[in-house]
Amino acid sequence: MTARIMEVLFATRTAWAVLAALIVGSVLILAGGGDPIEAYRTLFGEAFFDRFGFGTTLVKMSPILLAGLAVVIPLRAGLFNVGGEGQLYMGALFSSIAALYLPQMHWALHLTLCVLAGMAGGALWALIPALLKAYRGINEVIVTLLLNYIAIHLVSYAAGGPMMEEGAPYPYSTEIPLDLMLPLILLPTDAHAGVLVGVVLALVLYVSMRYTSFGFAMNTVGFNPRAAEYAGINVRRQMVLAMIIGGALAGLAGTFEVLGVKYRLFQNFSNGYGFDGIVAAFMAAANPIFVPLSALFLAGLKAGAQLMQRATGVESTVVDAIQGLVVMFVAASLALRFQDTIWAQILAKRRDNEAVIERKKSNA
Amino acid sequence: MPYITIDRVTKSFGTFKALDLVSIGIQKGAIHAILGENGAGKSTLMNILYGLYQPDEGEIRINDTPLNLNSPRDAIASGIGMIHQHFMLVESLTVMENVIMGLVRGARTIDIAFHEKRIREMSASFGFDLDPTAPIWTLPMGLRQRVEIIKALYRNAEVLILDEPTSVLAPGEINSFIAGIRKLRDAGHTILFITHKLEEVMQVADFVTVMRHGKVVHEAEAASTNTRELARWMVGRDVVFELKNRELLQKGVSGEAADVLTVEGLVAVNYRGIRALDDVSFTVRAGEILGISGVDGNGQKELAEAIAGLRPILAGRIVVDNRDVASLDVKARISDARIAFVPEDRQSQGLVLDYPVAFNMVLRSYDRPPASRRGVLDFAAIRKLGSDLARKYDVRLRSVDQLARFLSGGNQQKIILAREIEAKPRLLVVMQACKGLDVGAIEFVQNTILELKAKGVAVLYVSTELEHVLDVSDRIAIMFRGRITGLLNRDEATTQRIGELMAGIDSGVAA
Repeated sequence: MTARIMEVLFATRTAWAVLAALIVGSVLILAGGGDPIEAYRTLFGEAFFDRFGFGTTLVKMSPILLAGLAVVIPLRAGLFNVGGEGQLYMGALFSSIAALYLPQMHWALHLTLCVLAGMAGGALWALIPALLKAYRGINEVIVTLLLNYIAIHLVSYAAGGPMMEEGAPYPYSTEIPLDLMLPLILLPTDAHAGVLVGVVLALVLYVSMRYTSFGFAMNTVGFNPRAAEYAGINVRRQMVLAMIIGGALAGLAGTFEVLGVKYRLFQNFSNGYGFDGIVAAFMAAANPIFVPLSALFLAGLKAGAQLMQRATGVESTVVDAIQGLVVMFVAASLALRFQDTIWAQILAKRRDNEAVIERKKSNA
Repeated sequence: MPYITIDRVTKSFGTFKALDLVSIGIQKGAIHAILGENGAGKSTLMNILYGLYQPDEGEIRINDTPLNLNSPRDAIASGIGMIHQHFMLVESLTVMENVIMGLVRGARTIDIAFHEKRIREMSASFGFDLDPTAPIWTLPMGLRQRVEIIKALYRNAEVLILDEPTSVLAPGEINSFIAGIRKLRDAGHTILFITHKLEEVMQVADFVTVMRHGKVVHEAEAASTNTRELARWMVGRDVVFELKNRELLQKGVSGEAADVLTVEGLVAVNYRGIRALDDVSFTVRAGEILGISGVDGNGQKELAEAIAGLRPILAGRIVVDNRDVASLDVKARISDARIAFVPEDRQSQGLVLDYPVAFNMVLRSYDRPPASRRGVLDFAAIRKLGSDLARKYDVRLRSVDQLARFLSGGNQQKIILAREIEAKPRLLVVMQACKGLDVGAIEFVQNTILELKAKGVAVLYVSTELEHVLDVSDRIAIMFRGRITGLLNRDEATTQRIGELMAGIDSGVAA
């Protein structure tokens, strides 16, 4: 019985870590002169239980979810993709080019091409670090990180240069055709269908990681590349594939920002969704099925922050600090290994004892 | 009276006696080699001398004063320094920074110029030619080793323990290494030199102690012995030719048995790019077990990996069942050529420790039925296969969902064997199949391999443990420096002859 409870507590450790972060965060709210309970009530109440607030949450959830998956898949192959932000920008760039400059055609075909172009843009941006890692052993963390800035500036150039709308007050492109805009799902809010696609993809990826030989190969590479090689898996190809899939997912996040939210290519449009994706991936313990949950939570924090500031006067930057606390607590909780804990040793002893007792009983 | 006295030291790990009443006297200002095969207890002894382990019984004395070494710090304080086989250096820091690391404690300033000058002088006095300002990562292995030596000397070490010092060096670096430790000896330092390489012992050592199975079996002055004698002591003259499966073995190999594996002119390099296989050729027939013996690091690992497809070859042919497999990738060699491979490193290569036992059982067949169909894993089939094999091969576990990490070494090895044997191979390459296993597990492993032989599988049995090779092999090939120096039939394979071939002595027919 005790064992059962401990196992449940351990399995849900991420949730406890989030709770602990929120408790520590309440100290920050107190320091900022607010009432923590009131602040959290406003924050989560507005973000999840108000139609408009929830719409805003869903709008933010879409890119965080996809960017989170973009981190999870490479992580399964043992690679850390911190380039989600750049891949997201490249996805937005490619899809807006496809949206604005392709010849007239049926909208469904055009939309498909836009989505494929966006995914290709992100995949291309992930292919560079993937090849450098797989064939030259160059650290993918550094390359993906630095490529972020190149992508952001490329978009700034495109949105402020060749693609800029004439007479625009700010670097942005012309608006995409009306029939390319993603359907809205929670009228009258801005929530668009991208978030549904994200949830479906999370399910698909969960299934393929867990139940297919493709996923088995990917996981094996992540756990032990030498054993993977010995098992006949092409380790380099798996690494490249994992990064490409990740990049394509991040590219899709950028695509949906263009097709679902902004309807244009804006300079600096993302404000860090790619990096939020890293947090989402870690909160989900690199399991695709949990990424929608962690993305929903993070998106809710962001959406609720503004409203909390208005309602309680607590600075919305406190929420950034709380997000940081969440990262730290979750990371610490994931570092726990069940077998290493004192509890596990105690439980193992109990199990041994019980086994002996069982044997004695059956002998008697 | 010896300078250091190791007096009746015994050390056990569980039921395994790593050291059994070991007594050695070491003279001051001498180079003393401790020679022995892997697992002879050399490293355990040195770790005791360096304070990493405490002996169960016995004691260590310096100048007749008993030492109580509870940690490396105590050893350093007693003037004992150790140079590990794998260097303990921070690659991004400079030579000087590595040498003084941990010496200056608290919030004091470091006189960089002073330390650099001292290190420069110290290294010049031994002809070490080190630049204190060079970052470690820019240095070749030979120089890194000198940094380790200077590190010990900087802490006033009188006694230097060198653990397999030449194993990481390129061939060209060995001579200057030898010159270096001679200079250290001439400056009055005492050097303990752990090795399994006979020539080096003869080149540099003043005294030799040969260890075997945790015991001292022979002591000599280097001047009064020779490599042949040392090889015999190291390999052991007491090898028992007792066979547990005599009837299986005595069947021998039928005259008509077809060649399964033919290796011709194989050339390959090791992970450091040094040629590890030099024109290797041999044949293994169906139902034959060819033992590959030799001192560790003479190309056996590279040979096994090249055949399994894990190491690219530079020249030569690998023919399995009349088909050149050299161009096939690992997957094709598993499923088409039917080459099974039990790697030396079971934990980091043979298994995914964080996978359940059942997954490990299908590690090399996960993409084929019954483990998966059309790319979809069949968990039920995998678990059934896993538990069937676990039962058949007597793997002790609670459930097939248990992670491989939590099984004992013997049970882990059984998982690998079960998987490789059940793949119905034409050729089985086994490396160090019995390393670290207890007697019961060894017998099980050997019997399993002999049964496979009886079914007509060709087996390449690679091991540094000569008894095990003699136990099962029909013929024995001995490797030395990437070449096969001898190919003996069972009845010609005396330990003396094998010892000589292992040491690279070619006495031809005269032996």
